[in-house]
Amino acid sequence: MNHDKLVDATGLACPLPIVRTKKAMNELQSGQVLEVHATDKGSKNDLSAWAKSTGHELVSDTEENGVYKFWIKKG
Amino acid sequence: MTQQAEKSTIVLFSGELDKAIAAFIIANGAAAYEQEVTIFFTFWGLNALRKDQQVPVKKGLLEKMFGWMMPRGAGKLPLSKMNFLGAGPKMIKHVMKKHNALSLPELIELAREQGVKLVACTMTMDLLGLKQEELIDGIEYAGVAAYLGDATEAKVNLFI
Repeated sequence: MNHDKLVDATGLACPLPIVRTKKAMNELQSGQVLEVHATDKGSKNDLSAWAKSTGHELVSDTEENGVYKFWIKKG
Repeated sequence: MTQQAEKSTIVLFSGELDKAIAAFIIANGAAAYEQEVTIFFTFWGLNALRKDQQVPVKKGLLEKMFGWMMPRGAGKLPLSKMNFLGAGPKMIKHVMKKHNALSLPELIELAREQGVKLVACTMTMDLLGLKQEELIDGIEYAGVAAYLGDATEAKVNLFI
């Protein structure tokens, strides 16, 4: 899936994945897609909750070998 | 998309490392939620704001004794459980590093970067004999009314 910006938060512990995601999202325009990679096991619930209440859309997510990938469309 | 920013407040009463870490992780998370976050430091929580070096200020004997007995800064706080005379904090710091978790001083720095408002309670500063010069720069000073002003507008208010 295409993305306009990538955040590599692999190896980072809570709360950094969400903080980095938020920072990167600030640099995008509405409708652009941010791709996030993380290894924190809480990141799936964290990022979907975050996207929901900040008005963004979690378009898709996958997990492969312990790496979680997310595609979030800016609202 | 965003109307009025939502607010969260945390009262950090505890001067213990584990509780301060929890408070700052929540504060940083809330800031990432684009909330306006206030941490109000009172009683032992004020020790997390102390500079780590000694600052020459005029003090009475009791105030000096408090100053000596309380931990000097975020790097010196004890654990609430399993402190073992200071061995516990060393162990937890080692484990946190291994897990790439941010240390308390780093969490404080991140919170400041994200615009979290740090407020020192002036009444308890007086009780414990702490002077503004002894606390880190760039914080605010206020009392219960200022805290309540923020708290009544906030949906999440925690006492730690």
